[in-house]
Amino acid sequence: MREEILNFIEKNSRVDLKEVAVCLGMSEIDVANELAAMESEGIICGYHTLIDWDKVTEERIHALIEVRVTPQRGKGFDEIAERIYKYPEVQSTYLISGGYDLLVFMEGKTLKEISTFVSQKLSTLESVISTTTHFVLRKYKDHGTVLGARNEDERMIMTP
Amino acid sequence: MRDPLSKTIVNIKPSGIRKFFDIASERKDTISLGVGEPDFDTPWHIRDEGIYSLEKGRTFYTSNSGLIELRTEICEYYRRRFNISYDRKSETIITVGGSEAIDIALRAMVDPMDEVIIPQPSYVSYEPCAILAGAKPVIIELKNEDDFRLTAKELEEAITDRTKILVLPFPNNPTGAIMEKEDLLEIAKICIEKDIFVLSDEIYAELSYKGDHVSIASIPGMKERTIVINGFSKAYAMTGWRLGYALGPAKIIEQMTKIHQFAIMCAPTTSQYAAVEALRNGDEDVKKMRTSYDQRRKFLMNAFKEMGLPCFEPFGAFYVFPDIREFKMTSEEFAFALLDAQNLAVVPGTAFGDSGEGFLRISYAYSLEKLKIAMERIALFIEELRRG
Repeated sequence: MREEILNFIEKNSRVDLKEVAVCLGMSEIDVANELAAMESEGIICGYHTLIDWDKVTEERIHALIEVRVTPQRGKGFDEIAERIYKYPEVQSTYLISGGYDLLVFMEGKTLKEISTFVSQKLSTLESVISTTTHFVLRKYKDHGTVLGARNEDERMIMTP
Repeated sequence: MRDPLSKTIVNIKPSGIRKFFDIASERKDTISLGVGEPDFDTPWHIRDEGIYSLEKGRTFYTSNSGLIELRTEICEYYRRRFNISYDRKSETIITVGGSEAIDIALRAMVDPMDEVIIPQPSYVSYEPCAILAGAKPVIIELKNEDDFRLTAKELEEAITDRTKILVLPFPNNPTGAIMEKEDLLEIAKICIEKDIFVLSDEIYAELSYKGDHVSIASIPGMKERTIVINGFSKAYAMTGWRLGYALGPAKIIEQMTKIHQFAIMCAPTTSQYAAVEALRNGDEDVKKMRTSYDQRRKFLMNAFKEMGLPCFEPFGAFYVFPDIREFKMTSEEFAFALLDAQNLAVVPGTAFGDSGEGFLRISYAYSLEKLKIAMERIALFIEELRRG
């Protein structure tokens, strides 16, 4: 039941309780209760909107930063990761296997804002060994959705 | 000048959808629920395989019966999904869509004056194909009160000494009706008793919402008298690839292959390679699409319930078939008025046979957003009709 609800709302978080209930053949109360439970258990962590900011006048710059760090005894990577993800400019932080340790996604208004953050805040952290910053030139697909794709129905209007 | 035309073809009525299509397609901003094909794109890995086959230069004819890899996969699929074993070499043929398979199966099996029983409402091509094959179509009018299933009684009453074939179109387009195992057992018993062959059109088999589809060919004694028709259009959203197949007794397939060989040569090669990938790695895609259709089906059933429009619950395909008899209009009148008043296009039930009178075919191969708008429009429309 939970999985069905999650699959249904994953691509459309504008949850209309009645619609979820009808389409999944459940009662509205059950759906509401499950949603509330999953929110409090931290299974549903937020309801976001996917925006193509390129289409809006306000400039936004995104960057991926590879960070190599020295893990700390007893705490591994968790503490340094927390130091990094607490910055509001940081959108996501992943621990990565391979050539570096943490992959940090961040958002800023200007190139300068991001470079300042990297040079002043990120690189100066004690356990950070090195950083490599990649600026995003264009987003084609995000969260499984192709940005700017036109959804025209090309089928004939009526077929047997 | 002499009449250049064959009387047989001239006497066949054009598809009932045509007239409506011409009018609806000239209007602007029409929302249509009239389409008989999936709204999904063919899954990318299947398209990719088609592209790859072109890159590799696989642009030649295949054997008349089709690629042996594909026929092997089809046999494996029917064994896995419907528990029937076919011999890949002698009991399979790949065709240009399920439609070609229907055509050549009928042509391979009937002689003039043979009777072909066709339950209606059903897909538009059985009757003309039977006529073109020289047979006499015998129509059974399926009923709303039976949930548009074929009953043993109706079948028995339609059988004569000349009956050769029963067309079994389930899951059904346009009604969405299915036949469950116990329904099929009764039909099978009669077919065996009366020595009748079955053309089982299972193109919507994967779109069954009440347990798995049961093929009549899986009932003991039926495989040897059943031609199964299936294809890739509905299950894998591959309508434009034009690929279907038939499975059945070697004796019949052999003659079908002869017609296919002379008329078609072979099904499109690119499509055949893509279809191999569909059968090997496509189960998950089918499941996802089925889940999505099922959600929309429930959404529509609920919408009809709320507006008080009677509709039996269909468990197959992607159509619902609501009953509009209370409005005292013909299906066509209703559909035209709905188009006029609300710019919403649906197909009159009569496009699928006279017994579709009083019903509409509404397709749910559309996004929930679109279906929502469409249901609001229907609700408004019938509210006004009821107010008079």
